[in-house]
Amino acid sequence: MATVGSAGIEPTEPGIGHGLLDVAKNRFLLHLLVKKELRVRYQASMLGILWSYVKPAVQFVVFYLALGVFLELNKGTEDYAVYLFSGVVVINLFGEAFGNATRSIVGNGALVRKIYLPRQLFPLASLQVAFVHFLPQLLVLVVGTLVAGWRPNLAQLAGGILAIFIVCTLAFGLGLLFGAVNVMFRDAENFVDLIIMVATWLSPVLYTWDRVANALSDVPWLFTLYQLNPLTAAVELFHWCFWYPATSGSSALPPNMIAFGFAGLAVSLLILAFGDFVFRRLEGRFAQEL
Amino acid sequence: MTSSIEIAGVGKDFRLNHSRSLKDMVVSKVRKKDRHETFQALDDVSVQVQQGESVALLGLNGSGKSTLLKLISGVMRPDRGSIRVRGRLAGLIEVGAGFHPDLTGRENVFLNGAILGMDEATIHRRFDEIVAFSEIEKFIDTEVKFYSSGMFLRLAFSVCVYTEPEVFLVDEILAVGDEPFQQKCLARIREIQDEGRTLVIVSHDLDMVQKICERGVVLERGHVVYDGESAGAVQQLRR
Ligand SMILES: Nc1ncnc2c1ncn2[C@@H]1O[C@H](COP(=O)(O)OP(=O)(O)O)[C@@H](O)[C@H]1O
Ligand SMILES: [Mg+2]
Repeated sequence: MATVGSAGIEPTEPGIGHGLLDVAKNRFLLHLLVKKELRVRYQASMLGILWSYVKPAVQFVVFYLALGVFLELNKGTEDYAVYLFSGVVVINLFGEAFGNATRSIVGNGALVRKIYLPRQLFPLASLQVAFVHFLPQLLVLVVGTLVAGWRPNLAQLAGGILAIFIVCTLAFGLGLLFGAVNVMFRDAENFVDLIIMVATWLSPVLYTWDRVANALSDVPWLFTLYQLNPLTAAVELFHWCFWYPATSGSSALPPNMIAFGFAGLAVSLLILAFGDFVFRRLEGRFAQEL
Repeated sequence: MTSSIEIAGVGKDFRLNHSRSLKDMVVSKVRKKDRHETFQALDDVSVQVQQGESVALLGLNGSGKSTLLKLISGVMRPDRGSIRVRGRLAGLIEVGAGFHPDLTGRENVFLNGAILGMDEATIHRRFDEIVAFSEIEKFIDTEVKFYSSGMFLRLAFSVCVYTEPEVFLVDEILAVGDEPFQQKCLARIREIQDEGRTLVIVSHDLDMVQKICERGVVLERGHVVYDGESAGAVQQLRR
């Protein structure tokens, strides 16, 4: 065998990465990390990946009974079940991706401490795992809304895709941010659990937007703030895509919904840029702090 | 001659007390305890390693050997000085660091190969060799948690030695497996050397290290106290 030559290679400083650009070069490793995560999670579980149907199903039934039937939201909102589930699906994607990404660096501490890898791979793998769990829920949603008489147009379908894009960008950006901070302070993961819990209630998942608009009619800027929440934008876009085309179309859509969709995307991209910045600032200390 | 690793005036400090929660931080702030009590794990370390050279890194426990390897591999960043490395590097800081007990041997070979920087095609090409080297063909589709610790280390080591980096960093992993397997590992190390790859080895098996490496560097409480023939380094340590 010929001897290896590195004479022509420029020396580099170890441990200095190109952040997200390095991830593109490590797609195979990313794929294996996602596979590992899924394998390990469902190891020795009888239902396996079916759990990703069971959990949202139970959650849906509970919400539907409590809010739809007992609080009679059913009566005010056409096809409330579809309305409810399209929001729940979005929030679940956000919660799982964000929560797991936050824990991903500490959870892979054994690796982070011993081998140099682009560490952004771990939160990104969490996002992909969450997406794998999101797909069956999306399928159930599509079947449900078809039963309710779904007739979407192209713009509405594009709105759904935009919503998924917003949620993934936001969850990944926040996951980078809190995943890095969690290495220094384990309080971060508890704080994140709190955010995820609140997220379900701070966006129009269980109720409709007009109730918020009415309640805030004296302080319109607060309602604008409410709409600027990327999750609110994504949930409304999902309603527009999966619920609205199954109804008679008599419900009013939130004002400037599409504009707020793009605003939500812009906010998410800003958060991603900030998360990446903080992650890079802190990653040099990961190995010694873990 | 081309240098492979250039370490110039490197220092590394560690904080003595890590606080992992905001509460701890606030408490120590209130009690005015100095949170930033630091300790020098490495100080003014300068070493040049030429391409194709094999260097033994020796020293007592806690002298900073692993820390230096981590700085070279990029796992940690130096607080002072600079480090430059030419070519791809595989740091075997610990055998099996990337192994997961719930995955099969086969899955672990792929995962660990990728972690150590091999691409998909290379792992496929090398897979049979890796498994043959580890001699655990029969168990390759068994989950790693059912392996004996010897089998585990053999498979992990086999992945490592086939990653083909320009620079190898090896930390206390040469004492793997039984006598025949160790002989095989040594033979594989010689092959790696003959291919012109650079090796930095940490080991407490002084006799073996002397056989493999022509050069030895001795660390003592974070300082380089000897850099020369490996025989001399071993003597310095046995003093
Ligand atoms: N992440 C860390 N945080 C604080 N101290 C550390 C850390 N890693 C190593 N040290 C300390 O640095 C010193 C050198 O450690 P190490 O390089 O592992 O020694 P060796 O490998 O030579 O036995 C030890 O005193 C150890 O306690
Ligand atoms: Mg050590």
